[in-house]
Amino acid sequence: MNDRELRRLISRVRIGRLSRRGFIRRMAAVGMTAPMATQLLAYGGVAMAETNPPYKPTKRGGGGLLKVLWWQGATLLNPHFAVGTKDQDGSRFFYEPLAGWDADGNLVPVLATSIPGREDGTLAPDGKSVTWRLKEGVTWHDGKPFTADDVVFNWQYASDPATAATTNAVYKDVKVEKVDDHTVKVLFDKPTPFWALAFVGAQGMIIPKHLFADYVGDKSRDAPTNLKPVGTGPYKFKDFKPGDMVSGEINANYHMDNRPYFDAFEMKGGGDAVSAARAVLQTGEFDFGWNMQVEDEILLRLEKGGKCKVSISPGGNVEHIQLNTTDPWTEVDGERSSLKTKHPTLSDPTVRQALALLVDKSSVEKFIYGRTGNATANYVNNPERFRSKNTKYEFNIDKANDILEKAGWKKGTDGIRAKDGKKLKYVFQTSINQPRQKTQAIVKQACQKAGIDIEIKAVTASVFFSSDVANPDTYPHFYADLQMYTVTMTQPDPELFMKSFLSDEAASRENKWQGRNITRWRNKEYDDIHRAAQVELDPIKRATMFIKLNDMVVNDQVVIPVVARPAVQAMNTKLVAAMSGWDNNTWDIQNWYKEG
Amino acid sequence: MSRQYLIRRLLLVIPAMLGISVLLYTVLALAPGDPFSELAANPAVPPEVAQALRTKFGLDDPVWIRYWRWLIAMLHGEWGFSFQSRMDVDRLIMQRLPTTLIVIGAAQLLAILVALPVGVLAGTRPYSIFDQIANTLAFVGFSLPTFFTGLLLILVFSIQLDWLPFVYRADIDATGWRFYWEHIKQSIMPVMVLGLFQGASLVRYVRSSVLDVVRLDYVTTARAKGIGERKVISRHVVRNALIPVVTLVALQMPIVFGGAIVTEQIFRVPGIGSLLISAMLANDTPVIMAVTFVFSCLVVLCNLIADVLYAWLDPRIAFR
Repeated sequence: MNDRELRRLISRVRIGRLSRRGFIRRMAAVGMTAPMATQLLAYGGVAMAETNPPYKPTKRGGGGLLKVLWWQGATLLNPHFAVGTKDQDGSRFFYEPLAGWDADGNLVPVLATSIPGREDGTLAPDGKSVTWRLKEGVTWHDGKPFTADDVVFNWQYASDPATAATTNAVYKDVKVEKVDDHTVKVLFDKPTPFWALAFVGAQGMIIPKHLFADYVGDKSRDAPTNLKPVGTGPYKFKDFKPGDMVSGEINANYHMDNRPYFDAFEMKGGGDAVSAARAVLQTGEFDFGWNMQVEDEILLRLEKGGKCKVSISPGGNVEHIQLNTTDPWTEVDGERSSLKTKHPTLSDPTVRQALALLVDKSSVEKFIYGRTGNATANYVNNPERFRSKNTKYEFNIDKANDILEKAGWKKGTDGIRAKDGKKLKYVFQTSINQPRQKTQAIVKQACQKAGIDIEIKAVTASVFFSSDVANPDTYPHFYADLQMYTVTMTQPDPELFMKSFLSDEAASRENKWQGRNITRWRNKEYDDIHRAAQVELDPIKRATMFIKLNDMVVNDQVVIPVVARPAVQAMNTKLVAAMSGWDNNTWDIQNWYKEG
Repeated sequence: MSRQYLIRRLLLVIPAMLGISVLLYTVLALAPGDPFSELAANPAVPPEVAQALRTKFGLDDPVWIRYWRWLIAMLHGEWGFSFQSRMDVDRLIMQRLPTTLIVIGAAQLLAILVALPVGVLAGTRPYSIFDQIANTLAFVGFSLPTFFTGLLLILVFSIQLDWLPFVYRADIDATGWRFYWEHIKQSIMPVMVLGLFQGASLVRYVRSSVLDVVRLDYVTTARAKGIGERKVISRHVVRNALIPVVTLVALQMPIVFGGAIVTEQIFRVPGIGSLLISAMLANDTPVIMAVTFVFSCLVVLCNLIADVLYAWLDPRIAFR
């Protein structure tokens, strides 16, 4: 798809010939995320759809106690320090961003009066600034008014590297100005098509200036409010035991009418996913259970009780197999998988194509993940109904045999193919996790039939996913031929996501394996396009560039996507709670209620 | 029992604790893993932030420097700072220690309440039907690990019968009788699991200890003097039979704590055991260090109490 075509599509949406949903679906077909697509529309002069999920309660409170279960409890409640979703979800009960992302990738205002757009001039035509109008009359839990100063302060706080905020990346490259008491302007030093990152969604929660002003930088960890949040959210802080319990009670001065519905909430942590599934699905002790990483077979059995349902919300996470482009078995200057080497056999495109043909994604979905993992051909994945119908994946052992034979990889006496004395023997590593070991077995079996020998290796998750420089078994070291894990897409914009294939991001000893390019695939054309996309003035051209990048990675089999992994939550059948794959689990907490 | 003895015992604790701390620290330093691994895997966090955090918490220094720093801080009463929660470790532990002590204490009490009468009765009437049944149950009891009985109880009482909750909540929003009732209801299963496991092995010890004493001459003498059977058992037999049992109760404390870690995880009891597990999963070294240290302190303390009780129960034992 080129930019002319894109422009034509956007104008068709503007005059009403094409529905928003249809546009987003088309974008998804070329590998673009839903939020990215809606942002394109906003730039094209099409207003964001205001999706207001029906909210039935007619008065504030009266809903009793809301009991939710996170099998990994929140360990801290300052959203700028949040390490994982558990902390962000816990903070979201008390703190709020200016806007959140719904399941379709639309922005929904929370502390902002409306979503910036081109029509009212709040979105600069050159893409270099965004103006947010803040709601008036919002107060912090301690009664102080919420103003533009608070918003500006959050930028100062998080962008100071000494604060060591995990949200630093969001704020370090922008500037924030106060226009008046209830208007702020976010300035970018280059045109930014994806403008809704600062103050939006999981990383955009706003903390009060009057309580944190003395704790910027080195002193950040001493702030008493780190553990006793004072926000603008629907619930006021009551008690916090890290890793165990977060509790809160209704905020009677909440800025949205009739909300919240529950009088208090308790967010319990700890235990394991299976027993958490039981506590929600089977005994109904809890109303909501987070991240049911349980085999679908068990979920289906537990669901039969009828007390609860499993809610599946699509997101950008994808379980994929990476192919090493460097040689993991030759040591150069004290490191293996060095950039100075080239993989002896995987560097042959026919071998990579054959491997892609040998991953039986349908079986992996059918027999292992069920509803919790959908076979996919794409690296960038969207809600199911938006998934591309054009891209295809194929499982075909005969075809794999065929192309290998044609390329001169002949079977030896041991049944393993070889060419010029180099055998197709690979070590395939992943973390210890039952579904992953089963997937490994499925791949190994198919490869055997095609004359490729796979040695399976499984590493404890705490080692595999660590950034320990000294440990050779971590995934950034990639001292194996193939490896498999899930990449999480925390930001709904592909720029950062697609950085994982840039040459200068290649993980190596030099950068302590902190580079994001784990496969070490290097391609000048890719780098050039990505670099051009970063400074591209025209957002539509930029979008087509990312589409091109996506195609390059997928068509060259740098990675083989296996299954898209949606977020799986368990909830009481009466509970009405909107989930979104692009934001916190509790992104819409103010609108949660129980029916009947 | 002399004061000198007590002081010597207390002084001996110091090198023991030091040794424990060195051992723990080295093992932890050698173990794989990284407290900021979650940060490193998150594409939204720039590597510089993770690096800044590593430097801030001094993670890039050599092990012995880190140990030395930890020790000095510890002597000042600073327990360290949790990487995960960004709060002081002593606060984390104080939040959770009471729950653990209550659960373990209640379990230990239950164990003694069950084991004493059953063991004494079984010991005074060896090979009777009662003894046989008690023995069999005791064997079953201590052969089943706590994680198994825990799951079994959950399956029966929470899922099949739906009588008891299997998620422990420290903050119960109720007052008066309901408050206590809710607490008792949710504590029944974890306390039973721990207490019965402990009680089962205690029954065996009490029984054999009673069997040993019952045959001694002074018991026969007491009987010959015409003292009633009940009095003979309670005054003469039980008191003497208890001496080895007391040490055993104390020496078994590590097992109880180990069991408590597992049980707390299963029932989501917010004690230091579950804190330890979550800290281990997150590689939160200061917390792991502090919790294991608290555990070893408790074990050492229990041994001390055992020694003191020993002296009280048997004045013949001389302390030099």
